[in-house]
Amino acid sequence: MSTAVQLDWEKTQMDAQRQARKKRMKNLRTGLLFTSPVLLGYSIFIVVPLVITFVLSFTDYSIGAPMHFIGWSNFTDMFSGRDMFFYPAVKATFYYVFVSVPVGIVFAFFVAVLLNQKIKARAFFRGVFYLPVIIPIASAGIIWMWMLQPDFGVVNYMLQTLHLPTSLWLASDNTVIPTLILFSLWNSGSMIVIFLAGLQGIPAHLYEALEVDGGNAWHKLRYITIPMSSPIIFFNTVMGFINAFQTFVQPMVMTSGNSGSGAAAMGGPDNASLLYVLYLFQNAFRFSKMGAASANAVLLFIVTLIFTFLIFRFSKSFVHYEGDGKRS
Amino acid sequence: MTKQRRTTKILLYLLLISGTIFALFPFYWMLRTALVGSDLIFEITPTFFPKHLEFHNFRDALQAQPFDRFFLNSSIVTVANIVGVLLSSSLCAYGFSRVDWPGRDRVFGVMLTALMLPFAVVMIPQFIGWRTLHLTDTLAPLIIPAYFGGGLFNIFLLRQFYMGIPRDLDEAAFMDGANHFTVFRRIIMPLSSQSMIVVGLFTFLNNWNDYLAPMIYLSSEKNYTLMLGLTLFQGAYSSQWNLMMAAVSLVVLPSLIIFLFAQKYFIQGIAMTGVKG
Repeated sequence: MSTAVQLDWEKTQMDAQRQARKKRMKNLRTGLLFTSPVLLGYSIFIVVPLVITFVLSFTDYSIGAPMHFIGWSNFTDMFSGRDMFFYPAVKATFYYVFVSVPVGIVFAFFVAVLLNQKIKARAFFRGVFYLPVIIPIASAGIIWMWMLQPDFGVVNYMLQTLHLPTSLWLASDNTVIPTLILFSLWNSGSMIVIFLAGLQGIPAHLYEALEVDGGNAWHKLRYITIPMSSPIIFFNTVMGFINAFQTFVQPMVMTSGNSGSGAAAMGGPDNASLLYVLYLFQNAFRFSKMGAASANAVLLFIVTLIFTFLIFRFSKSFVHYEGDGKRS
Repeated sequence: MTKQRRTTKILLYLLLISGTIFALFPFYWMLRTALVGSDLIFEITPTFFPKHLEFHNFRDALQAQPFDRFFLNSSIVTVANIVGVLLSSSLCAYGFSRVDWPGRDRVFGVMLTALMLPFAVVMIPQFIGWRTLHLTDTLAPLIIPAYFGGGLFNIFLLRQFYMGIPRDLDEAAFMDGANHFTVFRRIIMPLSSQSMIVVGLFTFLNNWNDYLAPMIYLSSEKNYTLMLGLTLFQGAYSSQWNLMMAAVSLVVLPSLIIFLFAQKYFIQGIAMTGVKG
């Protein structure tokens, strides 16, 4: 009798197990079906191209010519300076990235703090600062080129009227990167909106408590606003670096000249604004050196990887997450 | 104390107003230049408020290049992308949030790392691929990828939103014999129209404003998008800044109009990605 009951029980348990497994398989099928577009897309447009980029970086591939494996030549050409554009491109990129990101973060944070005060028409001001972001960078670039035209541009005219020194802006190798950085500040509306949303989430009672203790505006900024915003400062910094490394349209439209197709035409003047992706583009599509450009791409990939990793490691020491007991 | 308060307030507004001028002046100067005659372009002392407005500049600019063709191409690319992105990213986001399959979150995590991947790294093989298929110099490379996932960023955004919808709704529907597809169509889609609008708007801007991809793939003028047409114009009319600015104004106009009407969604979308991300 008792064995029969036990058998029965075992049977139902096995049934239940089988059913659970069946359900899991069914869910797996459904899940894969729903996500199949991106699973395919991820393989076709990211994984496979990534592998091909690595392979091509060891070849002299160019469209319409036979391909040879040439070992590390593409890389040694870069680092030895045989590719005369490599070091100017690296220099321009580092200058641009390491100045524009910190300056941009400070600027955007400052504007967001202003917008977070008790002001009238906050939505209006917020919209105004965001407006430059929504128009195409290429067209914004053309507007700026015209305003900054050294002889007839309105900016130099205004500076002259105010008895301030004028500048050659995009036309001089000393000022072209600072000018692009100024342009990036004009374009920093997304960062401002993200900062502002974060600031608005800081509970008012924290400020009230500090006021009771006699804290002033500086104390509020130093001990509440900045620490409470650190995850968002971190987010904006990571995104800022990743975007800045990829800056392409600005130097392409504003400093590359459309008439000449000569070697020196891109990222002028004197290659001072040959940012890295523009340099890569030039190798691939102007000089048709796809192999060399793939080597450029591999280096960009590695640098992005190291950067992201470093930023995430570094972040643990200063980013404050609300309510985290374990700061892993 | 109150006096000090007032000075701070004045200083605050002064800063905000100078910021506003910094942000808006380029737009003003674009319009002003678009509306003056060629004689006012190269003045030593520029006129800030011109007396005679030359509206025919817009017509002249439009006639200088086949802008109607460029406009059509840009519209095709943009509309096709919006459809593709909305369809495909919402399906994938559903699969990553409301179907429990083994390994789901790990797969999603691996995919998200691609958000950090610069386009330039995969640009050359993608170009070679489209070229092998004889699809360069068509709009296909600018459209087809949208149907394969619609961008990880959009999936991420929609997934965040879907995860906030109560599970009870699905359970009730399953009790009534619904399958996942019905739940997706009848419950999740209607409840997430807000975030779909956000995704749609960003897709509009990304494609309307895109410059790098069209430049790589399109070579004959008849296939150009507006952005490429604009730089073509820039090359041909480099010193006729009034016509140039007229063309720029017309290209910028659709984005401006959409922003005016949908500002709320843009701000919402941007804030959502930054704060919850």
